[in-house]
Amino acid sequence: MSRNQNVKRDGLEGPEPEERQRPVGRRNAQGIRVDPEVEAEPQSRRTIISAYVENEPGVLARVSGLFHRRQFNIESLTVGPTQNDGYSRITLVIEEPDPGIEQAKKQLNRLLPVIHVRELDSNPVACELVILKVDGDEPDKVQAITEMYDGEALDAGPRTITVQITGDESKIDDAIDAFEQFGIREIARTGQAALARGEEETAVVDERHT
Amino acid sequence: MSGEQKQAPADATDTTPKPIETGADAVVRALENAGVEHLFGVQGGAIMPVYDALYHSEMHHITMAHEQGASHAADAYGIVSGEPGICLATSGPGATNLVTGLADSNMDSDPVVALTGQVPTDFVGSDAFQETDTVGVTGPVTKANFFADDSRTVGRDVGTAFALAEHGRQGPTLVDLPKDVTNGPAEEDPGEPRTPTTYNPPETAAPDAVAEAAVALAAADKPLILAGGGVIKAEACEELRSFAIEHEIPVVTTMPGIGSFPEDHELSLEMAGMHGTGYANMAITMTDCMLAIGTRFDDRLTGGIETFAPDAEIIHVDIDPAEVSKNIEADYPLIGDAKAVLTQLQTAMDRSPSADEWREQCQQWKAEYPMDYAAPEDEPIKPQYVVEAYDLATDDDTIVTTGVGQHQMWACQYWSYTEPRTWVSSHGLGTMGYGLPAAIGAKVAAPDQDVVCFDGDGSFLMTCQELSVAVRENLDITVVVLNNAAIGMVRQWQDAFFGERHMASEYPWVPEFDKLAEAFGAAGFRVDTYDELGDAVEESLAYDGPSVVDVHIDPEENVYPMVPSGGDNGLFALAEDQL
Repeated sequence: MSRNQNVKRDGLEGPEPEERQRPVGRRNAQGIRVDPEVEAEPQSRRTIISAYVENEPGVLARVSGLFHRRQFNIESLTVGPTQNDGYSRITLVIEEPDPGIEQAKKQLNRLLPVIHVRELDSNPVACELVILKVDGDEPDKVQAITEMYDGEALDAGPRTITVQITGDESKIDDAIDAFEQFGIREIARTGQAALARGEEETAVVDERHT
Repeated sequence: MSGEQKQAPADATDTTPKPIETGADAVVRALENAGVEHLFGVQGGAIMPVYDALYHSEMHHITMAHEQGASHAADAYGIVSGEPGICLATSGPGATNLVTGLADSNMDSDPVVALTGQVPTDFVGSDAFQETDTVGVTGPVTKANFFADDSRTVGRDVGTAFALAEHGRQGPTLVDLPKDVTNGPAEEDPGEPRTPTTYNPPETAAPDAVAEAAVALAAADKPLILAGGGVIKAEACEELRSFAIEHEIPVVTTMPGIGSFPEDHELSLEMAGMHGTGYANMAITMTDCMLAIGTRFDDRLTGGIETFAPDAEIIHVDIDPAEVSKNIEADYPLIGDAKAVLTQLQTAMDRSPSADEWREQCQQWKAEYPMDYAAPEDEPIKPQYVVEAYDLATDDDTIVTTGVGQHQMWACQYWSYTEPRTWVSSHGLGTMGYGLPAAIGAKVAAPDQDVVCFDGDGSFLMTCQELSVAVRENLDITVVVLNNAAIGMVRQWQDAFFGERHMASEYPWVPEFDKLAEAFGAAGFRVDTYDELGDAVEESLAYDGPSVVDVHIDPEENVYPMVPSGGDNGLFALAEDQL
């Protein structure tokens, strides 16, 4: 028995929904006005965000917590000190549609220890390190592949060989593919670190924060 | 009350400021330097050094029944006064009890500073008694928080927290105070509150962007202003009013924006969104150019993003760049303080939009969709009538606080707000139980204004212990419980969307709130009929002290108009059969 069946709701009145004026436009899920006829899903892209931050306790937790909380799709995150005492650089690789990339930058900027944020969008200098541990059955072949990738053996024994390779993301991916043949036991990747190329500054900061 | 008076030692009447000797002294001095007059808190082990330092302070500390009450009281104090409200709690459960209130303040950008005790630094990380990672727990729900690690700088930490709560986009901040830091040595006066060098909120918007926005607005056929809580926070209500009136642009508000523009003005279309007026939701759907000021386009306002103002160019004024194009893309982003940007816009507008037809249309919607309810001639009492009765019986500057639920919506819809900082509610977080502690905070902030708390029976039961505080402090507040013996909004949704299965939404029995009030030492009234209501309104407002009016309302009454969650604002339902 509905509790509402016997209640007269003659207080509120007016034209019913189907009798009302209607707008002609539409927005997409990102809140952007779109032509309803040609609506397309926005494409994600992979990009590098660089943040210059005060090196205070918990700054990494704040950044990673933010990305988790706001559901930004994070591929890698590296952090390390800079030439300026008390300041660190965080390099994030994210994959998001353009509005998501903009939001990620703005939300990072809201964090108090974050001094400067930018997207490294024009051919940055980016590099990653991977440590690979493979079976040691074919040391000569491992050595040859390592040299092809300008890598270095870090440890070698009768059962395992551990090498390091550095380079951009695609080179690391290729190297890992090449080492598959030896039987990869473990991998540790650092994620990308990056700077803007040439004279361009990665972070523009005034003398108060150097 | 006499039992509460301090048993003062001989030197307690000495009013010369106590010299700073400890970190706790510096904390107290930092608050005094910030101009703080009132604090809301609850004592406990790890915060005791701070309370001991407060013993010699002129600041008035209000002991709350529960830390959540302290955080809501501080929040309301912040809304009403514009200055950060201060709340204190001890470590562990004291701090975690603040979390709901901090999350509430964070969602609504209300200025609050929380000071929490913490176990001594050497014990941190050892799972010591009443230890919680307060900075970790509150990080996601504060604008900024700090772990004080040095007794010599803890005073400055508190000043920084105060300045951050107040400046830029306001919000809650927290300083965690380990007991060894507050007990440790300090000498230096912490000075005035200052924001850190990494914090540089924008003031004015880029002039080119303002000029472009002004051209777009002047060219609009169907211009509309959407005024959010940021207008009130920026003290920009005068600028908003003169701008809207000079250019004859209709105004809708968000829920936190209530009071920014007088609802009795003919340009006012009142609140838009889920339970907004029909005319506001028609206007917000049909506008071709929206000047949105200090709003974050919350989903309760927008309904479904796809159908929100789909024909409108959006001019978005906000002090926080992260709010611009977060939910709704801004065609004209104006990043800056609402007061400053409205002044810029006023200067940049060389003509008003030609919108006679649009204004007529808005007036027609007002005539077509009047806010109304079906009031029978006798009991049961309609809740909307109760709201109107208190509105009629009080001055324009009366402050309304609420819990969350149906009663909150009726308090939005059927009270006519004309002044900023008179509407005090939990908007973004939707915290049931907010109303009573908020009324305490509001009354402390504005002792010369009447304070009426509309509460639901469900909300009231969550924090009614704070009545003890209102009695102890002799705060003249009136709590009107719109009692339908149910979590009414949940039941309304169950009726509409869950096949009328009333799971855990109805109370087979509720306490007699008038008698409960009397047990606390407050005045209690019970109202079942319209005849009784008139007397109770008069007597409860006349009573000098806290009173509780338990109004047994029509339990069948639901809140309309309504836009279902994610729905199309323009298709608001006037009754359940339209959902």
